[in-house]
Amino acid sequence: MLLGTIIYGFINSAILALLAMGFNLTFGISGVANFAYGAVYIFSGFTVWIMLNTAGLPYLPSVIIAIFAAGALGILIYYAIIIRIKGMPLSEVMATFGLGLAIMELFRYFNFVGYKYKLPVFIDGSISIGDVYVDYQRLIIGLFAICLTFSLYLFTHHTKIGMACRAIAQDERTALTFGINSDVVGAFSMGLGCVLAAIAAIVILPLGTIAVEGGYEVLINALAVCIVGGLGSTVGILVASVLIGYSQTITANYLEPHWMMLVSLIAIAVVLVIKPSGMFSHQKELEERI
Amino acid sequence: MKSESPLLKVSDLTKSFGGVMAVTGISFDLKEGELLGVIGPNGSGKTTLVNLITGFVKPVSGKVLYKGANITGKPPYKIVDLGISRTFQMVKPFYQLPAFKNLIVPLYSPRVKKLAGGKYGARDAVALDLLEEVGFERDARVSYKAASALPQGYLKRLELAKSIALRPDLIILDELFSGLSLAEVAGIVPIIEKLLSQGKTIIMIEHRLKELFRIADRIMVLNYGRKIAEGPAAEVMESDAVKEAYLGSEV
Amino acid sequence: MKKRKERIDRGIKARSADIFALSSYREMLYLLAPGAIPVIGLLCFAPLLSAYWKEVVISTAVYALLAISWDMLMGAGLLSLGQSLFFGIGSYIAGTLNYYWGVSPFLTIPIATLVGGALCMVLLLPVLRLRGIYFAMVTLVLPLMFARLVEATRIFGGTEGLTGLTPFPNQMTAFYVIAVALLCALFGFRRIMSSDYGLVIKAINDNDRSVMNAGINIYWYKAQVLFMGASVGCFAGAFVTHLDMFAGMPGFALDYSIMPVAAAVVGGTGTFAGPMLGAFILVPLSEMLRALGALRIVFYGLFLVIFVVGIPEGIFSYIQQKYHQLERWVEVE
Repeated sequence: MLLGTIIYGFINSAILALLAMGFNLTFGISGVANFAYGAVYIFSGFTVWIMLNTAGLPYLPSVIIAIFAAGALGILIYYAIIIRIKGMPLSEVMATFGLGLAIMELFRYFNFVGYKYKLPVFIDGSISIGDVYVDYQRLIIGLFAICLTFSLYLFTHHTKIGMACRAIAQDERTALTFGINSDVVGAFSMGLGCVLAAIAAIVILPLGTIAVEGGYEVLINALAVCIVGGLGSTVGILVASVLIGYSQTITANYLEPHWMMLVSLIAIAVVLVIKPSGMFSHQKELEERI
Repeated sequence: MKSESPLLKVSDLTKSFGGVMAVTGISFDLKEGELLGVIGPNGSGKTTLVNLITGFVKPVSGKVLYKGANITGKPPYKIVDLGISRTFQMVKPFYQLPAFKNLIVPLYSPRVKKLAGGKYGARDAVALDLLEEVGFERDARVSYKAASALPQGYLKRLELAKSIALRPDLIILDELFSGLSLAEVAGIVPIIEKLLSQGKTIIMIEHRLKELFRIADRIMVLNYGRKIAEGPAAEVMESDAVKEAYLGSEV
Repeated sequence: MKKRKERIDRGIKARSADIFALSSYREMLYLLAPGAIPVIGLLCFAPLLSAYWKEVVISTAVYALLAISWDMLMGAGLLSLGQSLFFGIGSYIAGTLNYYWGVSPFLTIPIATLVGGALCMVLLLPVLRLRGIYFAMVTLVLPLMFARLVEATRIFGGTEGLTGLTPFPNQMTAFYVIAVALLCALFGFRRIMSSDYGLVIKAINDNDRSVMNAGINIYWYKAQVLFMGASVGCFAGAFVTHLDMFAGMPGFALDYSIMPVAAAVVGGTGTFAGPMLGAFILVPLSEMLRALGALRIVFYGLFLVIFVVGIPEGIFSYIQQKYHQLERWVEVE
């Protein structure tokens, strides 16, 4: 039981981290809260499915197309919508939320509903670690989460674009004086966030079916993790994912599965009482925002 | 009869932002009814000092005593309630509102309600009177213009009026004279002198040394977050430390 | 010869702007007519509709209340993506009072309004210190989580909810209750926001540091606005509980969160009349488009995007401007 909890807890945390990473990144870099995040997740999933089943393409090209499509969608959203309302965070939230809604329900309208909408797993089968059976897909998820975190770190610390993103995240005005184009970075951050959503979708969706409700779930979970960990902080996301992931798994294994939702709620409640902006956020209280 | 104990007593105030020591160990006393000028090169911690006193920023260590009571770290609205008000370097009025409507907000504060004895009188009328006191010409109906239509001199006076509206005992003016012409400054000085004659205590942070020295009782000089001199203007300007801060040392 | 568009106040507005000099019935009519339309429309004309359309009007009024409540919160900079939180909590409070203790609707509704409002205010208190986006995130997430919580723990009737609750004596009673509530909310909130109190609230939204510096505890005021908005939302929930004789998880549905936002954005935020107008456009529209199923929400979403980006002032502001000002082409000198 203990080993199972440790392993599945890790997988659960990995899933949460993957889900929250894209949303957090977009916000951390350009301050844009992309509430169409869940929609992009579902969009990517359906795109892969369509490429596979309707267009008959093999797996790898389908996945690549989907990832590019998601990134393109992100950039399109930025230039078509966000750029017109940049700087008004509430408008950005409403607009992206509305767009996400439209996209997700459009899929529902065109009847993309049902058990046939599944994505194939990477490798079938499972292995046993100790006396615990873990399917390969779940292990891959864990692996992906680690690799992704690592590559993101390398990217933002050792490439020009990555460092430009960090610059804008820290202080937009100063970054502008260095010739960093905030619109390009903004579009890039949207694109990157959507790409991460696509990657997460491709890796996680094989565990179940592609459902429109999943889009809402993803948004809720990503938001919950970001609320607890602190918007804009990668470390916060990781810690929050582990915290919530393990708490959920422990609750499911040692108490009852349906209390899992309570865990996220309690986590949010505790954070709101102790440090409302999230555990690792850089938010300063009003008084310090001179 | 002015009391002997200082109105404001700042002890060993320290604040750092990340690795930057904005203010280190600053202490001074402020007597009731005096005008203290605070000067120093840019980045010497003057505004941070004000923010620390008025609660916009919490100190790392140190104490601020006002009328004997410890106000360190209290939130701004509580500090205003006790009788300290301040202006901001960057004036940001409510641009779409007429000038006098800008004053409704401070007139709405609990302090004003308390001091007015709970009678809420017509705030509009009080606002117009306040503006006239700071030099908004009544017949030109300047007070009715939207704040976005007013030049800097008027905006600064509006900021001052917002401060006075709170009926403070201690007013802290953060670079009130910046961006004003000599004539505009000359227009505001009488208002400040009138405030002093009403028994108010004033701290003025300034870069315009000549204008400040004419009205200040005492000057305090800051550099790199520390107090390097304090005393009457002439004395302070002769000190080596101050000369070095502003002009650099001998080569 | 170049021309430009000029907008000037209509003669009657310029004259009647100074309320001291109402010299004719025409001026008074000009000023009162816009406000009279919803009153007369709701109280006099709507009752003449068929039972089916009265249902639609009642439903619209509920959404209009949620939209007006949303607008109030927005005025203080609190973007609520979870009106269903207030709706659901109000619904459950009224439902449990009625189900377990048989309390009559005439008590459950006021209690749910006030207690629910206070509860929601306390719930969201910690988020008030943060930027508006945190409020948006938390309000979006909370109702959906509460719904799942109810489902998981099976409290308050679980997935089936509480059924068989006390209804209103008849449709007309329900109709008048909601109509009066709507009008009170509309005119009440408008009155509040045009007073000095409203000015302080708007100032907090504009420049909170400045208001803090003016000796006002902005969090307390935000909390007050939150209470007002939440109470109205709870009222709507409690009302529908007795209308449908049911309280359950659907009270936390996304629909109750999205529709008010869309209505407010379409109608025009900040005006209270705008959200109400938006509701009266969108709800009957969606009723008529019922056959399209999920496409309705697609439309709400698209409306949201288009109006937020393209027509941010909303329809009501457009109408208002046309009413008060006339445009004409003038030669450029």
